[in-house]
This record gives sequence, structure tokens and C-alpha cells, in this order.
Amino acid sequence: MLFALMESSRSAVASVLAHGLRSFLTTLGIVIGVAGVIAVVSLTEGLSASVTDQFQALGTDSLTVRSYTPIKDRMKGIQSRLNDSDLSLIETRVEGISSITPILFARRASQVRFGSQTTFSQIFGTTQAYQDVAQAYAEQGRFLVNSDSKTRRRVCILGETVREQLGLPRNAVGEYVEIGKEWFKVIGILEPKGELMGFDQDDRVILPYQTMQSLLGNQSQTDIQIQLTVADQSNIPVVVARVRSLLRKAHGLTREDDDDFRIQTAEQLSETFDRIITTVTLVVGGIVSISLLVGGIGIMNIMLVSVTERTREIGICKAIGAKRHHILMQFLVEALLLSLLGGIIGLLLGYGLGVLIAMSIPSFPPATIPLWSIVLALGFSAFVGIIFGILPAAKAANLDPIDALRYG
Amino acid sequence: MALIELQAIEKHYVMGDQTVRALDGIDISIASNEYIAFVGSSGSGKSTMMNILGCLDRPSAGLYHLNGKNVAQLNQNELAEIRNLEIGFIFQSFNLLPRANALSNVMQPLIYRGVAYKERKKLAMTALDRVNLVDRIDHLPNQLSGGQQQRVAIARALVTEPSILLADEPTGNLDSRTTIEIMKLFDELQQEGHTVIVVTHEAEIANHCHRIVELKDGKISNDHRQDGVS
Repeated sequence: MLFALMESSRSAVASVLAHGLRSFLTTLGIVIGVAGVIAVVSLTEGLSASVTDQFQALGTDSLTVRSYTPIKDRMKGIQSRLNDSDLSLIETRVEGISSITPILFARRASQVRFGSQTTFSQIFGTTQAYQDVAQAYAEQGRFLVNSDSKTRRRVCILGETVREQLGLPRNAVGEYVEIGKEWFKVIGILEPKGELMGFDQDDRVILPYQTMQSLLGNQSQTDIQIQLTVADQSNIPVVVARVRSLLRKAHGLTREDDDDFRIQTAEQLSETFDRIITTVTLVVGGIVSISLLVGGIGIMNIMLVSVTERTREIGICKAIGAKRHHILMQFLVEALLLSLLGGIIGLLLGYGLGVLIAMSIPSFPPATIPLWSIVLALGFSAFVGIIFGILPAAKAANLDPIDALRYG
Repeated sequence: MALIELQAIEKHYVMGDQTVRALDGIDISIASNEYIAFVGSSGSGKSTMMNILGCLDRPSAGLYHLNGKNVAQLNQNELAEIRNLEIGFIFQSFNLLPRANALSNVMQPLIYRGVAYKERKKLAMTALDRVNLVDRIDHLPNQLSGGQQQRVAIARALVTEPSILLADEPTGNLDSRTTIEIMKLFDELQQEGHTVIVVTHEAEIANHCHRIVELKDGKISNDHRQDGVS
């Protein structure tokens, strides 16, 4: 068996080399199919790995509670809200929370001005605890302290992007910027955090919580987000359940009502993202496998031509003693070799393509190929080669020696 | 015990609604080391005779004992094995593998016997040496003259040390000078102890042989012995 395999490989290599261009064109279908799979997989894997890292950095022990209004209600003008009493309810009645902070967003992206430079940024008010919850620290100056909020100081902390866009000096602490027609003293600059899924995390302005409230005016209209971290990560489900039941009760929801808020964990976010990636991979994989199918048919086609061309050779081999399995093996190995060759070229091409695409899109994570995709790609091309090689090989093996010798 | 024993061999082909009796009751016995020619005009059953003798085809009826073994009703794979072990073919159109050099062509039948590469090469070199082609071993068939190609084919037939050398119009594609050279080689091989069977329509070629069997309409019409004229 091994002997026959070796001899078949020897003749298959010779045959593939003898028709260099034709062999290459034959494998092109497989090359394109595998290259497509590998390019997509390498990109999505790279993306997924980097996103997972980023979510990890976000803190897997943090929860975000925000209000949620179904579109149906929103069209009726109903707006669900979370407010300070919800915050203090959670703060006092839920155990296992290590830190908790409200976040109050300005109603729309607001203008920030320094001198003649203006920029739009995400502006929100929060408390000292935000530092622990969001892992946001001041690189220069200081973060908020509780007295900033209590006394409604007109102070702010800028993200790196905002600082740059306003043309503020590197050490901007002590400068004044104008937000919503009021002047704020810059007391700190945040450590740069980079991007998360395309969102610039450094494009933000943080104000003291109560300062923000006073800017927004009407207290009954405010809708806050609540971010908290739990002391023990394994406690997350318990905390989520507790927060949920407290809020439902406080909002007077009956058994039939849906939650008018959402509790999000970092893990949930990353799972959602993984699901999207998986779906994309599957869809593209499906499309690409059609290409592999076409490639397989191409191989079968050329192998059939090759069998016809070599009818006389097959007759000679049979006359001098080749049995059915010798001929079968020879053509099967040749088909296998063609498809594997296509698989390997496609693998290299696909990886190259992935790297190229990853490099040409700014801030896209580097492409990586997982081992399983290599095994899958080569395994699948080998499978295609064997499946589509069987018909031509059987045709060759079943030739009658006399007819074959008389051919041509 | 005869090397080849044919008894009442028949071969019928069905063509449309009529049956052609290509061989119609052949009885013949061929001993070891004979030098025998089958002659006849086209349509006499020569080619069919060659196919049956060479185990390329099965007779419709009758018994064929080769080396004491009945090979008349073997299946294709068993026939392939018999061909590999017992028969060395030499064809009119040489029938060398076009992409393989002389050495590989001669080694080819040994692959089907499972002989390892080193041993194959050694045996093939011996056979090529016998036909004086050692200096051409890495030439492809299309780089060789007709006579050289036929000598490679003879080496390929010899390398398996078969019971029979079966030549089908071996000089049909050769000029007269090369024909003499090739027939001389057959004469020598017979003298060295090989059994040589030649199928031909040329009297000149047949005259090299010691026994001439004439076929006509699928039957043996004449079977006589003569001294070699070579």
C-alpha cells in the first residue's frame, strides 16, 4: 500500500509538472476558494482576538444599567428613565458592589471651545467612583473628587483627543474651556485609551455629576446610566438578578410588563460581538465553499481530459501488468496532489491578502490564522480532490487494455 | 509439458445483429524455447490470436493453459498479474510511455510487482545492457530512433524474465536496415533460451522463425516447421 502510494506520487508529480500551466489553471478554483476562506478567517480572528482583549480591558466585573424604551412606546412619546433614586436604591440595597457611579450624558453632543478652536465631544457628568468603575485615570492634574460634585464646581477633565483638537498645550491643567456658554477650568487630562470597535474612547469631556445636573436644568427629565463593579466576578448573576428585581419593583412593573431598563455586562457585549463575527464567518464561508465546489469540478474536468489523453499510456501500463488499483491510485493521487497544491497556494495567498487588508485599514488589528483553519482548508481541498478525482480515476481504471492500446 | 496449450479456443464478437467468429476452434501447443510465427492476412484472426495469447483478452470458449495454469477465464486483475509475470510484449508502435525516459520505461513493469527502486534500477540496467542501450538510459522516447525505441521495448519485455516474448509486427514501423538488426536480436534471444512468438504478415519476418502457423478465417490452415533462414 505504502509502496503503491509512493510510486503513484512519483508519477503524479511528474505528470503535474509536465503540464505546468494547465495544472496551475486547474487548481485556480481551489486556490481562490481557499484564499477566500483564509483571508476572511484571518481577518475576523484578528478582529475577534483584539475585541476580546479590549473587552477584557474594559473590566469583566463591570455592569452597566441603562433605561430602555421599546420603539413602540417611543413613538407614543413615552420615555423610560433611570434617576437618582434608582441609583441610591441599588447603592443601598444590593450587596457585593465594590463601586458604583451615575453617568449623566448631555442631551446632544455639545460644543467645546478654547480660544478660536471648537470641537464636538461626548460630554457627561459623573462622580469620583467613575475612576474605579471605568478604569479611567488622570494622566495630568487630578480626577474628580466628591467635593467637585457637591459644590457644583465648574471644572472638567478632558480626553486626549479633545485636548488635541482644541489645540490646548500638553499640560492643559489650569486652562479654561467654554462648554454650553459657561467656562470650565481644566483640572485633568485622561490617560489615552485608544479605540474600541471604532469608537474613540479619548473623545470625551467629564464634568462633576451635579454640575452636569445643574446645566441640564429640569431634574424630572434626566435619564442617567448607572455603572458599577462587583467585588467578586462570580457574583455577577446574583447582582444582576437583584438589581433587576429592585428596579422592577421601584418602577411599578407588573408581571406582564417587560423591563424598562437593560443591564449589560462586558461579557455580554463581547458575546454579542462574537456572535456577529461567527455569523459573518459562516456566511462568507458558505459563499466561498461554492468556489471550492467549482474548483473541484474544474479538477474533475481536467482529470477526465487527462484520462482521455493518456488512454494509450493506460493501455500500455495495463498490458505490462498494471492492475485496476494501480491505475486508480495513480489518477487519484494526481487529483489529490492538484487540489492540495491549490490548497497550499490558496493558504499563502489568503494569508497575504488578510495581512494586506488588515494593514491597509487603519487601526484594524493584525491578521492571524488559527491552526484549525489551516487544517480545515487543506483537509477540505484534499477532500474535494478525492471526491472529484474518483470519477476520472475509476474511468481510467476500468478501461479495457485492448481498446486503450488501440486508442489514438 | 507444453508451455502453451490451446484447446478449442473460440472468440466471437457481436457486431450489430451478426456474430463474427474471429477465432473458430484453435488447437495448438507451443513448447518452451520455440521460435514461432503466426501469419495471415488482415482479418485472419492474427490480432485476436495475439490478444488471447498475451492474456489481454479472454476467449469466448476453450481452454488456455499457460505454464500449466488455466488462464482462459481469469478476471482482468488476475490477467494483469499473468501478463506481468509471464508475458513480455513487443508492439509494432513500440508503446513506450512518452514522458518517461528509457530507464523508467524499462523499470515500469517491475513497479507492478512491487520491486523496490534500487533493485528495479539494477534489473533494468541489465536488460538495457542486453539490448546495447546503456548509453541512452536518460533519453525520452522521442529522442530515440525507431530501432532504439524498439530495443527499449524489448528491454522492457525482458526485464521481468517472462515465459514468452510476444511480438506483434515488431518491425512494422522500421526501415529495412533496422528490421534486420531487430530480427537478429530476436534470433539471439531465442538462442539464449527465450520462447519467442511473432505475429506478422511479412513472410520475411516469419522466415526467421522455426515454426510458421498460418491463420485463415479464424482457423489454422497450415502449421509447419522449417530451419531458420537467418
